[in-house]
Amino acid sequence: MTNPTTTNILVSGIGGQGVMTAAEILSQTALAQGYDVKKTEVAGMAQRGGVVTSHVRFGKQVLSPSIPPGEADILVGFEPAEALRWCSHLKPDGVAMVNRVKQEPPVVTLGLYEYPDDPVNQIEKAGINVHAFDAGAIARDLGNPKLVNTVMLGAISKYLPFSADILKNAILDRFRASKPKLVEINEKAFEAGRAAEAES
Amino acid sequence: MNAVNPLPAGGRHFMSGNEAVARGAWEAGCKVAAAYPGTPSTEILEYASQYPEMYTEWSVNEKVSLEVAIGASIVGSRAFCAMKHVGLNVASDALMTQTVVGVGAGLVIAVADDVGLSSSQNEQDSRFWGRFAHVPILEPADAQEAYEFIKLAFGLSEQFGTPVIVRMTTRICHVKGVVVAGERKEFRLEQGFEKNPAKYVMVPGNAKKRIPMMFEREDALRKFSEGSELNSIQDGTDKRIGYVTSGPTYMHVREAFPEAPVIKLGLSYPPPMEMIRGFAAGVEQLVVVEEVEPLLETEMKAAGIKVTGKEVLPREGELAPHVLRPAIAGLLGEELVAEAAGEKKSALVPSVRIDVNIGKNLFPRPPTMCVACPHLGIYYCLSKIRNTTISGDIGCYTLGAGHPWNALDTTICMGASMGVALGMDKGRVEADANKRIIGVIGDSTFMHMGMQGLLDITYNRGNVTILLLDNRTVGMTGGQDNPASGRDIHGDDSPQVDFRKLCEALGVKPERIHVVNPYELPTLFKALREEVKIPDTSVIITDQPCVLVDFYKVKAPYVVEDDKCTGCKNCLDVGCPAIYVTRRETVVKPNGKEKELAFVRIDSQACTGCDLCPKTCGPDAIVQVENFTRQ
Repeated sequence: MTNPTTTNILVSGIGGQGVMTAAEILSQTALAQGYDVKKTEVAGMAQRGGVVTSHVRFGKQVLSPSIPPGEADILVGFEPAEALRWCSHLKPDGVAMVNRVKQEPPVVTLGLYEYPDDPVNQIEKAGINVHAFDAGAIARDLGNPKLVNTVMLGAISKYLPFSADILKNAILDRFRASKPKLVEINEKAFEAGRAAEAES
Repeated sequence: MNAVNPLPAGGRHFMSGNEAVARGAWEAGCKVAAAYPGTPSTEILEYASQYPEMYTEWSVNEKVSLEVAIGASIVGSRAFCAMKHVGLNVASDALMTQTVVGVGAGLVIAVADDVGLSSSQNEQDSRFWGRFAHVPILEPADAQEAYEFIKLAFGLSEQFGTPVIVRMTTRICHVKGVVVAGERKEFRLEQGFEKNPAKYVMVPGNAKKRIPMMFEREDALRKFSEGSELNSIQDGTDKRIGYVTSGPTYMHVREAFPEAPVIKLGLSYPPPMEMIRGFAAGVEQLVVVEEVEPLLETEMKAAGIKVTGKEVLPREGELAPHVLRPAIAGLLGEELVAEAAGEKKSALVPSVRIDVNIGKNLFPRPPTMCVACPHLGIYYCLSKIRNTTISGDIGCYTLGAGHPWNALDTTICMGASMGVALGMDKGRVEADANKRIIGVIGDSTFMHMGMQGLLDITYNRGNVTILLLDNRTVGMTGGQDNPASGRDIHGDDSPQVDFRKLCEALGVKPERIHVVNPYELPTLFKALREEVKIPDTSVIITDQPCVLVDFYKVKAPYVVEDDKCTGCKNCLDVGCPAIYVTRRETVVKPNGKEKELAFVRIDSQACTGCDLCPKTCGPDAIVQVENFTRQ
């Protein structure tokens, strides 16, 4: 029943991590490639540290804007527990790209709930093709924690129906327009993400 | 927001439904647009305010926004207002009489239903207003249609002399899609306002004459609906079921059942019943898919059309493809085989799935208050004062009902904290004789619907302490300006409300009003503890801005000196997300009782130096960092 011509990317994380930006870049890139695109946006309570997900769907024609459970091609998890929470949305042959940097919510800090021991391992045990790495450390090594976004996009770039360079150029074009000083460092971050995917 | 160059006509733009609505209104020559912020409709006016040809405003509530639009329509300008579903409850008083009046120039109301309750206190189906107010309901299915339908709505409004409701849902408002936009066409009536009391002065004698006209208009719209291009049929080869859809359910049905015939109702009220009857004749059975209430279903059944709806489909929430597929498989009697994971399978439901239970037992990640939020100190104090009942309201501060504060006992609707508090005072039973009643309300909610409630409290001598949390913005919807910020929708200066004077004018005694800095814990705590004991109406106004708006100034962050932290957990009661636990211990006290300890640190990159948590730290383990550079 799934539409083979539609690419479904689920981006999950926490308010403020850049989930919406990553989804926007993916959408704009697909749009420039001539696809029909739909993207869900979350607003309101999400900016208060809650769960944020964004569904990006593109293809010849996209109808319903939300990715049905079991039909996501790619899961971009900005936080390991949030990747675990949404991994059952993947197709059996889908891929999960996970930033290993944990963020415990206040309910865990207060001792009301426990953070799972190894979320990435649980995803793996479910038979999912998962690549996990410390995108936070990669970004810090490059000198700017905000580069996590570009690192994650670099990591998924080989799983898209267009070439990695197209996504890279779309990202760099955004910076060329607004913050030209950051073009070079984002290119490095993108390549570091590609390398991290290959090694993990 | 400042005016920007509008996106060019033609071309493919990637827009949310909300942005598309603003664009459509602008292109239609709309001159006046008003709204009160409310998820999921907020961004409509934010985008509208970027078009300099339109007068735009943040109104203090939805009723006022509709009244502003009504006034503009009467004097000859195309006018528009936007609101969330509960906003139309507030504005309904204006709507229910304006529908008798009709319109001058086009009058369009966009109402956004929060189907699935992403950020609302209830779930409502605004299509009901079509039946109640005898006005047409347009239902776009995506951003492109939202753009097109708003433009059509102005013409429809003028053609039939009726306010028009464009019903949106979260999945229309907050989904971006491709929109091909056009040019703005100015709309001008040749003459200005003409006196016409028989139309515009709704005293009984005049209204009585107009009510039959309203019904004639509705009948005309019913005929129009039958042949309107807004309603269309998509034929299909699998005629076992034909689907009746309106709004976003059209997309869900097309995706779930691509071979099925579908009737799409863009003008869903009045419904084109004969068109539906004809469609039904060509399929084996008819299913109506509507979010949320069975409105079309009831009307179809009353018209003698055999249809299945809420017998098999959920009464609440979004009817996405994964909800529709198993329900329809069941209706068709397809074999359902239980799999190990507890999922059903049939020809309609994808059968090979990852275990759906993976990740289902995770901790929740509910929204929290921000690092350094001025509400933190208030709820810290409220959680430490005993013997209270606290009525709350709608805003970020509703989160005070959660951990660690648990310091809010009710949330009903905008402004309800006031009346509810008075009712709690007057209706208290013997067992609650010594309870202190507190009402908590934010600046924007107070101006929206709370002021009248406070007047009622003072007028009726309520023994209530009101906490008026003035953070100078509409926080929960993303920090829009309001009369407390002293800036209009464009960020330009406008008169700033003086809450002390306002409360005084509403009858609160000057000595019972305190303006307090909520980061000054001892002062706040003392004011609160004293006022709850005084059997009179008191108001404590907190005056520090939301940390997400530009009024807030970030200072050097704090750190915990590990060797001084005793693990007492006091600072955790503040509820600041920048404080985290590094280890826990259980110790046995001299009296033999066990005590839980939690040793903490502060995320210095997140901490903004508000200086709240150090005031809760007995051993002075929390100290400010010198020479800190933020990454």
